[in-house]
Amino acid sequence: MAERTVAVTADLTPAELEQLLLERPDYEVQLESLNQWQLAWRRFRRHRLALAGAALFLALVAIAIIGPFFVHYDYYEIPHPDELVYAGRPPSWISGDWDPPLLMGETARLQRDILGLVVNGARLSLVIGVGATIISVVIGAVWGGVAGYFGGWLDSVMMRIVDSLLTLPILFLILVAGKFLGRGDWPSVMLIFGLFGWLGLSRLVRSLFLSLREEDFVDAARAVGVSDGRIILRHILPNTLSPIIVAATLSVAGVIIGEAFVSFLGFGVDITQPTWGNVLTSSLDFLQQGNWWWAFFPGFAIVLTVLGINFMGDGLRDALDPRARI
Amino acid sequence: MLKFIVRRLIMLAPILLGLSLVMAFFLHLLPGTPCANILGERATAAQLQKCEHNLGYDRPPIVQWADYVVNAVQLDFGTSFSGARLPVLDAFLQRFPATIELTLAAMLFAVGVGIPLGIAAAKRRQSLLDGAATVVSLIGISIPIFFLGLILVYVFGVWLHWLPAGGRFDLREFDFKGAGTNFLLWESLVIDRDPAKFLDVVGHLILPGITLGTIPLAFVMRITRSAVIEVLNEDYVRTARAKGLSARRIDSRHVLRNALLPVVTVIGLQSGLLLGGAVLTETVYSWGGVGTWLFTAAVDKDYAVIQSGTLLLASVFVLVNLAVDVSYAFLNPRIRYA
Repeated sequence: MAERTVAVTADLTPAELEQLLLERPDYEVQLESLNQWQLAWRRFRRHRLALAGAALFLALVAIAIIGPFFVHYDYYEIPHPDELVYAGRPPSWISGDWDPPLLMGETARLQRDILGLVVNGARLSLVIGVGATIISVVIGAVWGGVAGYFGGWLDSVMMRIVDSLLTLPILFLILVAGKFLGRGDWPSVMLIFGLFGWLGLSRLVRSLFLSLREEDFVDAARAVGVSDGRIILRHILPNTLSPIIVAATLSVAGVIIGEAFVSFLGFGVDITQPTWGNVLTSSLDFLQQGNWWWAFFPGFAIVLTVLGINFMGDGLRDALDPRARI
Repeated sequence: MLKFIVRRLIMLAPILLGLSLVMAFFLHLLPGTPCANILGERATAAQLQKCEHNLGYDRPPIVQWADYVVNAVQLDFGTSFSGARLPVLDAFLQRFPATIELTLAAMLFAVGVGIPLGIAAAKRRQSLLDGAATVVSLIGISIPIFFLGLILVYVFGVWLHWLPAGGRFDLREFDFKGAGTNFLLWESLVIDRDPAKFLDVVGHLILPGITLGTIPLAFVMRITRSAVIEVLNEDYVRTARAKGLSARRIDSRHVLRNALLPVVTVIGLQSGLLLGGAVLTETVYSWGGVGTWLFTAAVDKDYAVIQSGTLLLASVFVLVNLAVDVSYAFLNPRIRYA
């Protein structure tokens, strides 16, 4: 009959469908089927805070990638060799002094432009956050997956190890390890966070595997002779992806805060390579003199990033939950 | 019940044994020994070797561990070689009260604000208040706590001068030499009976307490909210409403008591974490608790403190969790430990 058709998806409510039919009487309605990821994207799109968080995060990633081309930073360059000033300069829009123009002010002592530090620090902070998360997700998924799939004494031993390690003050161990092993270069900081960050994730993956291995499709796979490794990787793991993605997203935020924490105390990446954390290192000493901008802008960058990631994670949690409607 | 507690306490032994083994190997894997720090940079290789031999660092790690365990069982946790060279246990007991007071302040803030806010958000779901509470809790989790500390110090300490910016009491006005328990709240109020002194100590606790309490606040708020929402949908709440009980009575007797269980779990877990030392908050507010103690030990490679300090804190963590488990039975009579 009608030549024009409109595709309708399953997530439309009956009321919305009725409205649509009233508005377009000459259209033929066709049900469009979406896969799991398309549905999740639809749900995510409707989550306004999550979208805002994702936009914020992507904007910061963009700044991290292209920002350093525009804002120059070199640790070995002394910004004002002819001036001897101890305290830092406030942002130009507060002091009214536009020579040189300082959007975020200057640090005390070495007189570094804070804008340059924040923009250049974005790179390492994000790389460490994402890199460490990838390492800990891989370790956590393998450890939790093996424990949950095989069960029995192997599971008990593996999980008791995780339990004992969880009672240790992990961030303190990271401090110690950073002090002894780290030469202050970013790969070792990233590695340390990755190697200590998988404990919670392995518990999550294990609990998912425990319930999934009882499912019929696993029995079916086993019945036709699929190997254990293949069942774990191809049959069970894809079903655990949603919670792992959510946990990984939140872990990126956790590592960024953790890196800032370790660097703030002077144990992280050394100051020749700026990160948001090590920029803050000496800011505390100058706060008493009123140099608030030194602590504020790098700290605010961390807050924005972590806030964006957490909003995004919240939205992902809702979007990837297969029981959720809309 | 008693049986359950005893069994859990016995379980502590293998956990601590395992942990000390992990720590022993962890320290062994790290390059260098404390001798480099004790002797300084100019020590010769021969001197280093001699020092390592005297202190036993040249033995296999498993032997060092066994030796450590034998001493630890007799409550000898080694001696710190930096600072005042105190036995580790003494140093711990001296530092720990400061951490306890800070944790109390933080949890008081978290519980005092988090539970009412969570209940209010749950009762008016999807309202402006609910949305605001969710956003505030997400922001609370997203702010690095040293950054929050820096802001609070600047605004209330440096700029407005409302509250002290650091320390545990005003060194110029008061001193604490009497009892030496290092529980300053208790000492100022009960032993010295000096209200001004007590208020000074409380004033010094406010900013660090808020700083440290923000993350627990966010967790307590969210858990309270979801627990109350869940209980509000229960049949017995509908029944209570149907038989005409007052809203207040339903809230206090039916809803809150049942919603409290997961909240107590979170409070316990968070307290355990905070007791483990809040390095950042302590650094920002120059607070002499276990956090800065362990931190300095890490800087100085003070093996005895690193090894025994983490072990003592892990025991505290396990004990707090045990206390939480025991409190379940009081909150919910359906739970019994055989």
